[in-house]
Parts: sequence; C-alpha cells; structure tokens
Amino acid sequence: MRTSFRYKILGFLRRAFILLLVVWTVVSLVTLLIELVPGDPAVAVLGEQATPEQFAQFRLKHGLDRPPFFFSFPRDNSGTRHFVWHGPDNRYTDYWRALLHGDMGLSFRNDRPVRDLILERYPATIELAIVALLVAVLIAIPLGVVAGTHRGSWIDNAASVLALLGISLPSFVIGPMLVYVFAVKLGWLAPSGRFDWSDIILPSFTLGAALSAILTRMVRSSVIEELGEDYVRTARAKGLPERTVIYKHVLKNGLIPVVTILGLQLGILLAGAIITEKIFGWPGLGLLLVEDGIGKRDYRVVQGCVLVISMTYIIANMLTDTVYRWLDPRIRVS
Amino acid sequence: MIQHLLFMNRLTIFGLVIVVILVLVAVFAPLLATYDVGATDLSMRYLAPSAAHWFGTDSTGRDIFSRLIFGARISLEVGIVVVIVSALIGTVIGAVAGYYGGLLDRIVSGYVFNVFLAFPGLLLAIAMVAFLGAGINKLILALCIIGWVGYARLIRGQVLKVREYDFVQAARALGASDARILFVHILPNAIQPLIVQASLGMAGAVLSEASLSFLGLGVPPPAPSWGVMIEEARDLSTLQAAPHALIFPGIAIALTVLAFNFIGDGLREYLDPRQRAR
Repeated sequence: MRTSFRYKILGFLRRAFILLLVVWTVVSLVTLLIELVPGDPAVAVLGEQATPEQFAQFRLKHGLDRPPFFFSFPRDNSGTRHFVWHGPDNRYTDYWRALLHGDMGLSFRNDRPVRDLILERYPATIELAIVALLVAVLIAIPLGVVAGTHRGSWIDNAASVLALLGISLPSFVIGPMLVYVFAVKLGWLAPSGRFDWSDIILPSFTLGAALSAILTRMVRSSVIEELGEDYVRTARAKGLPERTVIYKHVLKNGLIPVVTILGLQLGILLAGAIITEKIFGWPGLGLLLVEDGIGKRDYRVVQGCVLVISMTYIIANMLTDTVYRWLDPRIRVS
Repeated sequence: MIQHLLFMNRLTIFGLVIVVILVLVAVFAPLLATYDVGATDLSMRYLAPSAAHWFGTDSTGRDIFSRLIFGARISLEVGIVVVIVSALIGTVIGAVAGYYGGLLDRIVSGYVFNVFLAFPGLLLAIAMVAFLGAGINKLILALCIIGWVGYARLIRGQVLKVREYDFVQAARALGASDARILFVHILPNAIQPLIVQASLGMAGAVLSEASLSFLGLGVPPPAPSWGVMIEEARDLSTLQAAPHALIFPGIAIALTVLAFNFIGDGLREYLDPRQRAR
C-alpha cells in the first residue's frame, strides 16, 4: 500500500517534470525560431526602401536591437566570427519575462498585442475542433457497431471502403471536393466564412473525416473482439435480446479504447485545423498563423500562434493521459 | 483466416504495383509528358479531359496529365530523401543510445522522445519553414528534423531487445568489438521493422510535402507539386469550370499514400505472424 502510494507520487512528479521540460523546449524553440529568418527581420518586414530611422525605431519597439541570446557569434569588420557573451539581459529572457506576464509582444504589422489577436481567434478554432470531434464520433460509432456486428456483410464492406477513403484522402482534397459538391453544384452551403450556423458543416466534416475513418475501424475491431468474450455468451445464454447485449454490454466495454484515442486526436485536430481553416477561410488560429503571420511575415504573430497551438495540444494530451489513468486502474500503478 | 491473408496480400500487391508505376512514371517523366509542364495558354484553359489532354487543362491552360507526371518526381524525391536521411540519422542515434545507454540514452529517450511526442510534427515543420522561407530543400530539412525521431525510437527498442540474445552474448564472449556486434549482429536483426517504418514514412512524407506545398510553404508555385496543383484548383471559378483540375491530383495523392500504407501494413503482417491471425 505504502509503496504503491510512493510510486504514484514519483510517477506524478516524473510526468510533471517532463511536462515542464516540454513546455520549456517549446517556448525556447519558438523564441529562437526568429533567429532563423534569413537576413534581418526588420528588413523582411519593412522592405529595403525604409529609412535607417524607420529601421532603428522598428528594432527599438520590438526589442530587436537587443542581443538575441546569452551569447552570439557576430562577424567583426574583417568578416570573421567570434564569441561574444551578452549576459542575462537578452531577447530570450525578454520573451520569457513578457510571456510570464501574459504578454506575447506586438504584431509587427499593426502594433496590436499578439495576445489580443489570438484571443479573438481562439474560440473559432476550439469550436471547429470540438464539432469535428462530434461529427467523427457520430459517424464512427454507429457505423463501426453495425460493421462489427454484421461482419462480412455489404454494409461492413462499404464501411471499410469509406474508412479507407477517409484515411487516404487528405483534408485539402476532401475540403475542396465538398465545396464543389455542396457550394458550387448544389448551392446548399456557403463555400467559406463563418457567418451562419450552417457554415461549420463543411469545415467540421473535412476536419473530422480522417478521425471518423480511424474511429470506425477501431470501434469495429473493438466490437468484434468484445463479441468473443465470455460475458457476451453469458448475456446471450440468459436470454437477453441481442440489442441489449450489444448496446448495454459490448458497447460499454468496447468504447474504452476509443475514448482514450479521442483526447489524443483532439490535439491532432487542432494542428490539422490549420489546413481546414485555410480551405474554408474559417477565422481561427490556423488562418491567423497562415495568412496574417506567415503570409505577411509577421513573425511575432507566428511565434504566438505556434506557442498557443502547441500548448493546447500538450494540455489536451495531458488531460487524456489523466482521464485514461483514472478510467483504467491497471495502468495507474505501472 | 486464409481468405483474410489472401485479401491482405492482394492489397500489398496493389500497393507494390502502384509504387512501381509511380517510380517508372517519375523516372521517365520527360518521355511520358505530352506537353510542356510550364507552358500556359489561356485560350486552352479549363478544357475537359479529351484525347489531346488526357486529364484536361487547368486555369492557365496547362496540361494536367503532364504536370501530374512531373509532380510524381517531386513527391518521390522529397519522400525518398526524407526517409533515407531520417532513417540514417535515427538508426545511428537510436543504435548508439540503445547499445551504450548512459547519458546519451537518458537525453535521447528521456528528453527528445518525450518532447517530440508532445508536439504536433506538422506544426513544427510549418513553423520552421515559416521562418526559414519556402523551398524544397528547407521543406526536406524540416521533414527530416521531425522524421528521425520515429526511427531512433524503433531502433533503440530493437537494439535493447536483441542486445540480450544469446548469439550477441556469444559474439561478445568471442571478443568481437562493439562496432562489429552492433553492425553485424544487432542491426541486421532490427532492419525488418525499419523497412515497415520506412514504407509508412514514405506515405507520411508524400502527404506532408503536399500539405506544406498546399499551404504555400513547400515547393513554390510554378513547380507542379501535387499540393500546389490542388491549391490552384480550389478557387471557386476553377472548381466551377474544371473540377477535374482538383480531382486528378487528389486521386494521385490518395493512391500514393494508400500504396505505401498498404505495403507497410502488408510487410508488418508478414513479418509479425501473430498479427496474421486477426
């Protein structure tokens, strides 16, 4: 009893430590990525024709005049590089200090706080990811159960083909195809934007397609596996109707692995939302990243978006892990 | 069960056939292409598939069939380079970490693996290319940086397992050097899962290349990357007038990804008899 408690605490500390390491790495990467920009970020943003005063003012406002890291290897007048120590007063620590105060800097383009830009877009991305998750579950569970209970039937084969299509067709193919059918040909739905409640239908199906394909396969094999268990034979032997056996017994046990996959997939959906948002002009974090950030070389916005998307991904994974441990006592100790 | 096996084999054979065709098409692209890939002709835009243009033309009158063929070159080139480089780096790091253990193993398995697991790979690639600037070499670099970890994990696990086998102990007792044990005795036994991983990795790399090119972060537009072709085909006027400009590159990507996945899955089942029973 005592040892198991100790293992629990140790396990918790270990996971907390890894989480901190991951967060530290992500923030450091995001901070230092700006050093990868070929040449001078100020020139990339303002253009060659800006005056020296404009460059100086831009660098001062965004802290680009400060040393990049604790040390650097700048070129001297003769062109050779040598080591220079800058001490703890540098851009890396600036970014950390600001971040701990909830500040992600100002946009290079319109001087608005990146935090505000992200907070405006965040709800749209979460909404899209959650609806896509629901769409995937609502397609996959009934389809997987029917396919699993009617193994080898035409509906099972149809589900397999559908799942295969969902896995092999990337979202940037499915999305435009849905636009073609439902917006261009049938004219039922708008091709892009987020104005009406119906505008979420196409993006959420696009984003959820791959997940629903994976889930359908999982539910199917899970149902088949559970149907072979002893408790199913017992339930049938005591005369329960097949419907009760499947929906009350098989589904309950068969869905445990599915639940655990869902949380992991929520994180993947968030990353995949970048492409879906671009296809449908869905005003979320992905569109902010691709159009305002990368498209306009607003590196502060890129930093902020990458940071927030990764953090959401990490937190979603952590929560799944916790729920998983709580659901399945077998892995709590190990 | 036998029926299932045959079915699986059929899918693997299907995958192999597609990949062989793809490689031939990519190698002989200049001979097979019926038109100049870059030649635009606005009077020939939005043409439906016909005898002259097998897959029709796009919004600037370019021949889609010829562009698809040259697009196969880009996809395979990126895929092959990314898989080979990632597999080499991953194998060396994974093997050394697994064989010697110690500080390197602690850093690799305790830190690197956990960090990469906790981070969406596509996002890292997007971020890197966003700061480096678009281009095929930077794309390959970004995909290798996110790609090698999977191979390192696989090889490390294999090495840890094989290291304890009797024949390795015997080799060690006979005085074989570390390098000989690692390269002659351990690695050949770890190579099979590596091939499976490489096949699945090809599918992933082809898909990532198309995704990044679609986002405008991969191969720059005049080049006939499949991702670029889809990006150009998806504006509403092109969709309306020439849906085939979207459908053919879409089919090409789907078939390629499916083929490599089928080969990977088929090999895995073949190599792991326990899975065959399912």
